[in-house]
This record gives sequence, structure tokens and C-alpha cells, in this order.
Amino acid sequence: MYKIGVIGDKQSILGFKAVGLDVFDCVTKDDARHTLREIAKEDYAIIYITENIYAEIKDTVYEYNEKRLPAIIPIPGMHGTQGIGIQNIKKAVEKAVGADILFNND
Amino acid sequence: MARLNVNPTRMVLTSLKKRLKVAVKGHKMLKDKRDELMKQFLELARENKRLREQVEAQIGSIYSNFVIASAVMSSEILNEALMYPKQGVSIEVGRKNVMSVDVPVFDFTTTTDDTSNIYPYGFANTSAELDNAIENLSGIFPEMLRLAAVEKEVQLLAAEIEKTRRRVNALEYVMIPQFQETIKYIQMKLDENERGNQTRLMKVKDLMVKAAIEEKQEKTQAALDEYSSK
Repeated sequence: MYKIGVIGDKQSILGFKAVGLDVFDCVTKDDARHTLREIAKEDYAIIYITENIYAEIKDTVYEYNEKRLPAIIPIPGMHGTQGIGIQNIKKAVEKAVGADILFNND
Repeated sequence: MARLNVNPTRMVLTSLKKRLKVAVKGHKMLKDKRDELMKQFLELARENKRLREQVEAQIGSIYSNFVIASAVMSSEILNEALMYPKQGVSIEVGRKNVMSVDVPVFDFTTTTDDTSNIYPYGFANTSAELDNAIENLSGIFPEMLRLAAVEKEVQLLAAEIEKTRRRVNALEYVMIPQFQETIKYIQMKLDENERGNQTRLMKVKDLMVKAAIEEKQEKTQAALDEYSSK
């Protein structure tokens, strides 16, 4: 049995608590980094992180990129999307193909 | 391309030929693997993009509902309302094998079966926007899960493709030319030795024939001398 975690600022993640996800509100980036490391060790298969925090702890997130679990997924925060998620797909395509062939028209 | 530093012997030549064969076969198979991975990857990446756009748009509208809710209600009531979630979510993680890449598959179950009653609060003190937000949130939840699975798969596949591509290139542009070069070198060296041997033999034969002729001539001369002296 695995769990799903959400890391973000309090405002953004409040709703996720209501649908039954485990939420961890973090203010500082060290806080977030620490929380991520802690819960990645536990039974969390998916960890959603709001984009503003995701951007700040990118280096830590990338350590988990090639592991099977957990899947760390950026979601937009209260302040709207910053396009980090799309950016990530773009980067993956560039890494695999060598050139960005999916998003040419954007 | 630099050739390998080996002794030009027949034994090394055979083993090199064998290695070249293996390398060529491996190269072909890796190339096939790369092509197939790429095909699946591109499909997934497209789906990932579509899902992400969809989820982001929906989350955006949920947030705006939340903002309204938190404006209408006092923050204490909002916090209190959401303090104890009624619904719990747990997921099963399966595994899927995509061209020998181990990919997680998520399957979720909620602890409450009744989807119409997911609100962890009474309706007296809360606003309708909150209900909307929570209903929508649980509505896109399956999509968010799919997004997580697809996004993880894209990441893993991208890493695998990069690795495979490097291997293919290393084989194609380094290993195989190196082997071919070395095999050619050894073959030329062996041929050269063979020719050297041949000429040496011819030379020796020449000398022997010459010696035999001289001997014969001497014998003839001796016979002639004997005859004339009689």
C-alpha cells in the first residue's frame, strides 16, 4: 500500500487534504527539501509539489528522476502555472531525441 | 581511427573477428531497441503534454474556487472544515515492462465508496465554492494520477533512450571501426609475412638450383676431361 503526498504552501495544498492526500506545508526551501527527503524514504509513490517550491528544490528532485519510485510531479500553485511541468516534458524530449521535436509550434 | 594494440597473430585475428560479429549483432539489436523506445516515448510525451495542460487548467479553476471560498469564509472555519478528511486514498503500485524499462503503474482506491459524500464538513458554515472546489478536485484526481504515471514513464524512458543511444553510437562509431581497422591491420601483417616467407623460399630454391647446376657442370667437365685425356 502506497500513499500520495503533497508538498506546497499552505494555501495551495489545503484542498488536497480534503480529498484524502497527505499534505505537508512548507514555507522555506530547506524545509521543503527536508520534507521531500523524509517522505521519499517512506511509502509515498507519488509526491506532488507546487511549482514555486519545485523550482527552488529542483536539484533535490532530480535525484529521484531515474528512480522508479517516487514519482515527483510539479503542480501549479495558488499563483497559477509557471510552465515548469511542460518545461520538464520538453527537457525529457530533448534528452531522448536530441532535439525538441514536439513543441516546435509553441 | 586508432587500431587496438594487439599482437598480429592468427589467434588474435580469429578472436577479433568473433568480437566484431558480436558487436555488429549487438549494434543492430540496440538500434532496434532505440527505435522502438523512441516510438513509444514520443506517443507518451504527446499524451503527457495533453494531460498536463488539462490538469493545469482544471487545477487553476479549482484554485479560483478556493480563493473565493477562503474570502467568503473565515480562515478558522475553512481550516476546521478541512481538518479531518473523510476520504482516504491509497494506491497500489504495479510494474510494467516497456522494452526492459521497469515502469510503475498506479492504481488507486479511495476509502469511501460513496462519491457523492466526500465533504468532510457540515454544510452549515461553509460556502458553496468550497463544495465545488472539492468536488472538482476529486473529479480530476484520476487524471492527476495518470499524469503522475505518464510523467514518470516519460522520465524513465528518456533516461533509457539516452543510455541506449550512447551505446549505439559507441558501437557504431568507435568499437566497430576499431575492430575493422585492427582486423585489416592484422590481415595485412599476416599477408606481408606470408609474402616474406615466399620470397625467402624462392631465394633459397634459387641458391639450391644454382648449386645443383654448378655441381652438374663440374661433373660434366670432369667426365669430359677424363674422356679427352684417354
